Amino acid sequence: MVSVVEPKTARDVPPPEPFLAPPIACSRSDLGVTSSADSVIRTEGLGIHYGHFTAVRDVTLSIPRNQVTAIIGPSGCGKSTLLRAINRMNDFIPNVRTTGRLIYRDLDVYDSRCDAVDLRRRIGMVFQKPNPFPKSIYRNVAWGAVINGYRGDIDELVERSLRQAALWDEVKDKLRESALALSGGQQQRLCIARAIALMPDVVLMDEPCSALDPIATARIEDLIDSLKRQFTVVLVTHNMQQAARVSDRTAFMYMGELVEVDATNVIFTRPGKKRTQDYITGRFG
Amino acid sequence: MNGDEGMFAPNLRGRRRKGALFAAICLVMTLLGLGVLAVLLVSVADLGAHRLSWGFLTRYPSRLAPESSGIKSAIWGTTWVIGLTGLTAVPLGIAAAIHLQEYALRNRITRFIELNIANLAGVPSIVYGILGLAMFTRMMHLGRSVLAGALTLALLVLPVIIIASREALAAVPDSFRYAAYALGATRWQTIWSHVLPPALPGIMTGVILALSRAIGEAAPLIMIGALTYIAFVPEGLRDDFTAMPIQIYNWVEEPEQVFRELAAAGILVLLGMLFPLNALAIGIRAWHQRRKTW
Amino acid sequence: MPTNAAKVREGAIRYLLMACASVSIVTTIGIIWTLAVESYHFFKHEEISVLGFLTGTRWAPLLEPRDFGVLPLVCGTFLVGAGALVLAVPVGICAAIFLSEYAKPGFRGFLKPMLEILAGIPTVVYGYFALMFVTPYLLQWLRPQTEIFNAASAAIVVAVMIIPTIASLCDDAFRSVPGTLREAAYALSATKLEVSARVVVPAAMSGVVAATLLAFARAIGETMAVALAAGATPKLTLNPFESVMTMTAYIVQVSLGDTPHGTIEYQSIFAVGMLLFLVTLVFNIISQQVLRRFREVYE
Repeated sequence: MVSVVEPKTARDVPPPEPFLAPPIACSRSDLGVTSSADSVIRTEGLGIHYGHFTAVRDVTLSIPRNQVTAIIGPSGCGKSTLLRAINRMNDFIPNVRTTGRLIYRDLDVYDSRCDAVDLRRRIGMVFQKPNPFPKSIYRNVAWGAVINGYRGDIDELVERSLRQAALWDEVKDKLRESALALSGGQQQRLCIARAIALMPDVVLMDEPCSALDPIATARIEDLIDSLKRQFTVVLVTHNMQQAARVSDRTAFMYMGELVEVDATNVIFTRPGKKRTQDYITGRFG
Repeated sequence: MNGDEGMFAPNLRGRRRKGALFAAICLVMTLLGLGVLAVLLVSVADLGAHRLSWGFLTRYPSRLAPESSGIKSAIWGTTWVIGLTGLTAVPLGIAAAIHLQEYALRNRITRFIELNIANLAGVPSIVYGILGLAMFTRMMHLGRSVLAGALTLALLVLPVIIIASREALAAVPDSFRYAAYALGATRWQTIWSHVLPPALPGIMTGVILALSRAIGEAAPLIMIGALTYIAFVPEGLRDDFTAMPIQIYNWVEEPEQVFRELAAAGILVLLGMLFPLNALAIGIRAWHQRRKTW
Repeated sequence: MPTNAAKVREGAIRYLLMACASVSIVTTIGIIWTLAVESYHFFKHEEISVLGFLTGTRWAPLLEPRDFGVLPLVCGTFLVGAGALVLAVPVGICAAIFLSEYAKPGFRGFLKPMLEILAGIPTVVYGYFALMFVTPYLLQWLRPQTEIFNAASAAIVVAVMIIPTIASLCDDAFRSVPGTLREAAYALSATKLEVSARVVVPAAMSGVVAATLLAFARAIGETMAVALAAGATPKLTLNPFESVMTMTAYIVQVSLGDTPHGTIEYQSIFAVGMLLFLVTLVFNIISQQVLRRFREVYE
């Protein structure tokens, strides 16, 4: 549902990756960690612009904790752009401007005091095309944890993450082999394992199955379902059936605007807006 | 709960500091490198500038009378040799590039020629000098002439010109060629009127850079027997000669201060020749990048 | 339909161009032939054997008793070449990282031409720098017993000469690494330096190796700067502060003197030249193979 909330004054995005930015993490306890019990991420009138083009317009959305939220819509509707805004991956695009607020742990992620690198430790991402590093399977999963100074046993972390990603049994005997030797579906599960090894709050998934065959897709959909016990998942997909199968809440976007958001079974059986209805029934898109 | 602080020690401050330190080191190294280069050039200028004069450019060098030495023979020698080198290597190189890029079939022979050219580009210049000594000086009885020197340098720069020209030709979009073929042009007509003109700036850049390299080469010319401390300029292809880098080398070898000053002055003249050439090449490339419409 | 005359002209042009392309083959054959023939004459002398040449440790072609063991020259060449690599490779890689990952487009447009200028300075000028500045002001200040001619000063200036090559090739290699790998690393909470050093560089490693090999081949082929800076004393030493003689410096030295055709000194040029040619050829070929495999992965 589109809420009517006045957007905050426009504020420019801080320059991309300023390595001299003050390193205040996004969730120090002295900032008051009192996230609401229900939603882990909240946008308020979020707008994303490339130069003169507005990719996302005035989106106000709540992502509930420990649920799978799907964002659907036709090509070019801005769903990927919205997703990438959550962990500030849009910072790498030149000429990008973000207006409005995106609240995570009671702090506006686009506030200049927020450290993007720290944010990405808590909000992970899986990409459309599997992109494992040209390293061994073990090193792939362990990479993020090592960089971030994991204090525990890395071997145990790697095994745990691979198990959670439903990949352990297939690779446990070849952890030191190259990740590039795996099949596409396995590589994507490896990327998921890599992301959850950092024990994030939220896992963002940008069309994770679009480059995979149906069997690999089915396995990953099962995986997504099991992940929500521990993580919050935000899934962008152009496949409506996938959204219907896997998600608890669905948001429908069209031409940069959030048309409707509701429980999945509501969206797919009795959507409130006509445009949503048209999209669901295949009239366009 | 996920993301709890306990399991990770991200040390963001430390990591960011390392990144900033790296960038700072790179910047310092760059500035240091540039600074050192500037200091060296200034020192050379300081040492040799007072010897620069029209007289320096028009007098001959003399080991016995360094105070009244000049660099005339070397300037003219270089001009003759490089001029001939250009006349030989440029058409040959561009022709070879056209063949390889536009005509040759993609078979093992072509692959072998390409590999061969890449290897030749990496052969040390002194080996070309040895080749020139055996082939041009002795076998073809050209002695230590301007012609022998030019042919040797031509072989040296040929691979470089071929590679640069090929890149320039490859950068021309295929649609240009197809448009011409569609109008009934033969292959050569297409190349001459539709492929070469847009590739020309790139080819010229490559040629200028290759010839600048040749201007600075002394070893191959020494190998074929270029002279030193001569008091004449070449007047024909079979004449003996000396070249600028050779003259500078000879001056540097002498221990007395006055020769060091002469060397510095010679270096200034040499750099004075090379700098405009390199600037021209870079300028052509930048102009072409901005102006081209594909 | 092209006329007969046009067809003949097209055919003639085609063959003319092909002839031009085969000049390169003639060049290679010429190099190998001339080196081989005179080397053969060189090794036909009773006192010289290939084994003795390749393993002998005394190089004294002009003094009595004469010795033709090439190892001192090889040692001098590798001392200068390896020393140059040790200096140039880290600087070149850092320069490439800075160029491709850090520098803003304006600065990059300034830095790249700067590197090209460095690469365009003739080698005699670098030799002059070595003799006039590097040795007296740097090396003799650091270590006063440094000789006037020494391998270290040659290594330093050769390093400066090859840094642009390494930086440019590594820059190309880093740019070939797909952006999706960088994205994945950033999404795992990595800083820019970590992405560059721990993902991009390792992913481009074979490109870096190819650049290093190519630069090494260039370094050992350098003549004038090394002849001016390192000296003319063939000796087997690992001390960079002493005067040494490289293969290239020897060849030049013989040519500067009056060496009649057919003498053993004249022929020794070809034997040493053959060795130099083969060594650089091997490095160049390996470098190209490595580069080809790198390109296959990323293109």
